[in-house]
Amino acid sequence: MSVNLTLLTVMGALYACGIYLIMERSLTRVLLGLMLLANATNLLILATGGYAGLAPMFSKDTDPRDYNDPLPQALILTSIVISFAVTAFMLGIIYRTWVLARRDEIQDDVEDIRVAETPSFDAEDDSEIPVETSEFPLTMIGSDGRGISDSGVSGSEDGGATVKAGDHRIRAKDAAAEEQPGSQNVTPGPEGGVK
Amino acid sequence: MNIASFAPLAVVLPILGAALTFVLIRHSRAQRAVSITLLSLTLLLECVLLASVWDGGTAAVNIGGWLPPWGIVMVVDQFSSLMLVVSSTVSLAVLVYATGQGMADGDQDAPLSIFHPTYLILVAGVSNAFLSGDLFNLYVGFEILLTASYVLMTLGGTGPRIRAGVTYVVVSVVSSVLFLIAIAMIYGATGTINMADLAIKLADLDSGTRMLLHVMLLVAFGIKAAVFPLSFWLPDSYPTAPAPVTAVFAGLLTKVGVYAMVRTETLLFPGDSLNTPLMVAALLTMVVGILGALAQSDIKRLLSFTLVSHIGYMVFGLAMSSVAGLGAAVFYVAHHITIQTSLFLVTGLIERRGGSSSIDRVAGLAKLSPILALLFFIPAMNLAGIPPFSGFLGKLGLLQAGVQLGTPLAYALVIGGVLTSLLTLLAIARVWNRAFWRKPEDAENPDPVLLAAPEDSDTGDRAGKRNVTLLPRTMVGSTLGLVAFGVALTVFAGPLFRVADQSAVEMLDRSSYIQAVLGENAPVPPVAQPEPAEPQPESPQPEGQQPEVQK
Repeated sequence: MSVNLTLLTVMGALYACGIYLIMERSLTRVLLGLMLLANATNLLILATGGYAGLAPMFSKDTDPRDYNDPLPQALILTSIVISFAVTAFMLGIIYRTWVLARRDEIQDDVEDIRVAETPSFDAEDDSEIPVETSEFPLTMIGSDGRGISDSGVSGSEDGGATVKAGDHRIRAKDAAAEEQPGSQNVTPGPEGGVK
Repeated sequence: MNIASFAPLAVVLPILGAALTFVLIRHSRAQRAVSITLLSLTLLLECVLLASVWDGGTAAVNIGGWLPPWGIVMVVDQFSSLMLVVSSTVSLAVLVYATGQGMADGDQDAPLSIFHPTYLILVAGVSNAFLSGDLFNLYVGFEILLTASYVLMTLGGTGPRIRAGVTYVVVSVVSSVLFLIAIAMIYGATGTINMADLAIKLADLDSGTRMLLHVMLLVAFGIKAAVFPLSFWLPDSYPTAPAPVTAVFAGLLTKVGVYAMVRTETLLFPGDSLNTPLMVAALLTMVVGILGALAQSDIKRLLSFTLVSHIGYMVFGLAMSSVAGLGAAVFYVAHHITIQTSLFLVTGLIERRGGSSSIDRVAGLAKLSPILALLFFIPAMNLAGIPPFSGFLGKLGLLQAGVQLGTPLAYALVIGGVLTSLLTLLAIARVWNRAFWRKPEDAENPDPVLLAAPEDSDTGDRAGKRNVTLLPRTMVGSTLGLVAFGVALTVFAGPLFRVADQSAVEMLDRSSYIQAVLGENAPVPPVAQPEPAEPQPESPQPEGQQPEVQK
């Protein structure tokens, strides 16, 4: 089977540009990259049908080298339709991203960042005693965070007592507030840890 | 007239349903009725198909009357019909669940009316992929289900969904391009894309070309199945979609990838040329996936990571290419589709009832809603592989096959499998302890609905939202049905394992598949053993034997 060198070179160039473009963070470039990849693949399929330029005509006494295999062209037709649909959809998504964020970039996953920033210390799983949200600490600290004489609690400069939670210290007022049912006044750090 | 000639209806019926529901886009009640009826009909048809091949045998249908190597062919055998029945059962349950959710929330909004047609197209794509006996038709099946899944993934077009959708679409398109390149190469090398014909003709290629084609197909399917180095996209994109959509994606889409990998490994490229890399990938998928799950605090993300991790078990079974291993993998796929989907459905219910799917914020559900606790507990224990359940039976089958194989790598995988199972239990137990057993007062920022007195829990008033039914009966009912189906897989594990083993025997033998497609006289090439297995440093086998046999 002989292959048209021009088509082969074009295919290689399209693949190279396509792969370069999908590595970009800009969505429009990624889309262009995907389109180039799809078209390069179409050329590849075309190359499997025989030498470019021959007619896909078949009769029983034609030599197989003298006509083009029509099946790859049917496959290309299907793949063009599919890549058309995907391109249209991607354009819709890109427009929507622009409307929502005014940016044409792939954004980082919020949850990934949160997990990455989570300290290895987990207030609920790892802390030793006082602030552990079990039956015990409420009575020891007192509901207003004052008048504490426990070993895990000590005064600090800004007037509020602090409570030892594992290797962290938090203000007893906040710790006590956390014990209130349904409390909304404590902004939790990621994964319940208190910085 | 063979019963199997009705197989294409499994694709046509959902597409017909999609067209009808699209016409009825303004009548949500009629839409629901049409989609549920047509999906039930499809399920019924697939049950008949499964019954017709239950005792073995393979049937092929030539679409449009074109004879096999030229025309498109659909093949019904035990594996594909089993997958069809399980996938349709799951998708029917999810459809009922989604319908219940839509009715409870009032689905008059425009984007949701597109749900039914898109969902049915997804089901048609899945059926097409399972039935296809032609590589390009398999590609088309994949594209149908992927394009539908792009729409479902970004339903509503909110910020997080669009962000997740971009990753998902780009990764899927790249994997599809890889698959298409592989098809082009295979067509260039052999001049056919009929899978049965390929099984014969690929054996004549020289081993280098064959290896290249084999690796390309496995990489393309590996992305779709989320096998370890190629699995990064899954936990990133699945959790943001609506609960029923995540559930059906988790259950079906990755398994279609696994199905394609099984066909590649057994029908197209039999033998053990790539078994070692596959086993390493399986081990890494299991361990890395479950370690990822332990770091998560969002139940949906946690489940997505367990999904990746448990794909490793299926690849393990496949990589052993023994009857026991492949049979256990087939059983495991059926089990995992059901269990993973029911867990995601329950998570959707948890989110409704508890106001969040983060295990930091949800608490005390065991007391608030015992039925929810039961619905979570059974599939969760099933996933972790606690003895009476099908998860245990599937894992046991895989581990037995691994021990039978007896190579050091197989033992490493057996140990990895047990470890993954235990870590799954740990991850699941964390969810259970926090979301179900903890007192609501102990949660961080709990939703007011958790703290409301149990009496008015039926229609709790969520801050800033209109009154909604927290646990609509349709949603609980469909989840219950799916959990019951999962338990039924345990009860009927005996016959199911028999079918799985039989299908493994047939897939490894290949003759029934090839002869069903190409006629009785088709030659079945022996399983190609290109070169003797590389001498393994640890194995005490004498090295001299095999090369001599070859010469």
